Amino acid sequence: MTRPLFRRFLRAGLVLGAFTLGLGVTAGAQAQTELLNVSYDPTRELYREINAAFIAEWNARNPAKTISTIRQSHGGSGAQARTVIDGLAADVVTLALAGDIDAVAERSKKLPLDWQNRLPHNSSPYTSTIVFLVRKGNPKAIQDWGDLVKPGIRVITPNPKTSGGARWNYLAAWAYAEKAFGKDEAKVRDYIAKLLANVPVLDTGARGATTTFTQRGIGDVFLSWENEAFLALKEFGADKFEIVVPSLSILAEPPVALVDGNVDAKKSREQAQAYLDFLYTPKAQAIIARNFYRPRNPEAADPKDLANFPKVELITIDDVFGGWKKAQPTHFGDGGTFDQLYKPAR
Amino acid sequence: MSDAALPLAAAAPARRSSARGESLGVRIALIAVSLLFLLLFLLLPLAAVFVEAGSKGWEAYRAAITEPDALAAIRLTLLVAAIAVPFNIVVGIAAAWAVAKFEFRGKNLLISLIDLPFSVSPVISGLVFVLLFGAQGYFGPWLQAHDIKIVFALPGLILATVFVTFPFVARELIPHMQSLGTADEEAALTLGASPWRVFFRVTLPNVKWSLFYGVLLCNARAMGEFGAVAVVSGKIRGLTNTMPLHIEILYNEYMGAAAFAVASLLAGLALITLALKTFLEWRFGDEIAASRRH
Repeated sequence: MTRPLFRRFLRAGLVLGAFTLGLGVTAGAQAQTELLNVSYDPTRELYREINAAFIAEWNARNPAKTISTIRQSHGGSGAQARTVIDGLAADVVTLALAGDIDAVAERSKKLPLDWQNRLPHNSSPYTSTIVFLVRKGNPKAIQDWGDLVKPGIRVITPNPKTSGGARWNYLAAWAYAEKAFGKDEAKVRDYIAKLLANVPVLDTGARGATTTFTQRGIGDVFLSWENEAFLALKEFGADKFEIVVPSLSILAEPPVALVDGNVDAKKSREQAQAYLDFLYTPKAQAIIARNFYRPRNPEAADPKDLANFPKVELITIDDVFGGWKKAQPTHFGDGGTFDQLYKPAR
Repeated sequence: MSDAALPLAAAAPARRSSARGESLGVRIALIAVSLLFLLLFLLLPLAAVFVEAGSKGWEAYRAAITEPDALAAIRLTLLVAAIAVPFNIVVGIAAAWAVAKFEFRGKNLLISLIDLPFSVSPVISGLVFVLLFGAQGYFGPWLQAHDIKIVFALPGLILATVFVTFPFVARELIPHMQSLGTADEEAALTLGASPWRVFFRVTLPNVKWSLFYGVLLCNARAMGEFGAVAVVSGKIRGLTNTMPLHIEILYNEYMGAAAFAVASLLAGLALITLALKTFLEWRFGDEIAASRRH
């Protein structure tokens, strides 16, 4: 009596298995071009809007070679570079900093080492900077970088090993300390060590750190991408958090690049190149400003969006640190200053 | 068998009376502690998932689980489970059969190897496949030259899932098969049955309930696995995101209600599994007990 029942279960399982297999196979068959944009953490909302605009424009102009979708993958910038190096077939990479795309170029050899000269403005169609996000009313009275090392202040920043934003944070803090202590290296290192000692948890990506600060309620101040801070204000309301602009910050240039090896294999070079070029058009620049990134071409943006951006003294990585090629190994490489100064067991 | 059962039966009433001998207070305390624990660590979080999922209303719930990326994640999760689970059933039965019914050198090693996926962190389980099949991995150049994708594509997800869920079926079957011994099989063989016939008519029916539990557990884990899958997925939404990964993404995009809507589906699958198990135990309780005792 029970054996037929057992058989029936078995048969039902097999049918279900075959059915899902069929679904999977049909879903895999795609005739049109599909692009994959491997990006860093905070750009999710930005590229959702950019992709829709680009696909509409491209498909209207090129009915013969349409783009069906632009797939997105997001994570910590360094971690994302690692997956592309390990073989994730990205058509374009849009990461948080040039150093990560340098790593992709060096290790995967799928794009030339001088990739950054191929597009205008160091291949960065938008810029951003680092600001402080604090809890409403700024209860710990945090005004500038100097306040972050006070005892008892808990600072939230992601891990510079995996997150691009965290590296900008770290370098901005370093640049502040150099200015404040007149290039006295011992004092600069002491400042950074004290700052890192105030960090209770290092998330792998900027979005994880945002969640830690906003949703889990950990920390007094969050060193954040400007765009991420504005987004948090928009999502949670200005009655919960406020932005503090420090006396000095860093000009962050998140670059974009075509991954030649992948687009040639997928025969998608034309679409992928047009996608990157599109980022520099007035239409995209307006979207960029609306998503709280600083546009390269402010005339294209809505003045209301531009009014959001506070005036702040911005140093550049090229002036202060001699570019990413030098800053990356000195500060974030194995045994670099971050490794020397960060002691997790406090 | 019956010789061994006698002293056990004699000892049983004594043990039971000593258990009853505990004072009322102790009994109530023990029950209260267990119930409180279940309430705090199981029911409360589970209820929270469903409450959060419904916090924006039925329309938002429906939209969250019928959104294309969510559907793709659900489809992918079912597909991965539909391939990984049958594979592990076959290999798990073979491994359990070998361990329980035969004597051979290296048997203990085999048992340890079966347990390996339990003791290795899922992140490592994922990373080994990246090391092996990634572009910089041992087989990377060859795979690329032949345009075969493993990591950051469906095969990688299946490999990682198979690896992580491998022990469930074998672990359920081995003790049961061992306790049954080889007497039934020997009897069938002396009566002239072929080895395959013995396997399908004697060995397999004897352990079918253990097998069924193993499959349920294996399936639940295959659908819920996060760590190993996260490493090999590449997190391409709509393409290589399984349900657990999709839930994390939604949560990170401030779409809490949508994240919990998908999470409630996953929790629902777990509840169905549990209900199925309970139903079978209730419906076929005597037979299960009989097959266990044998």
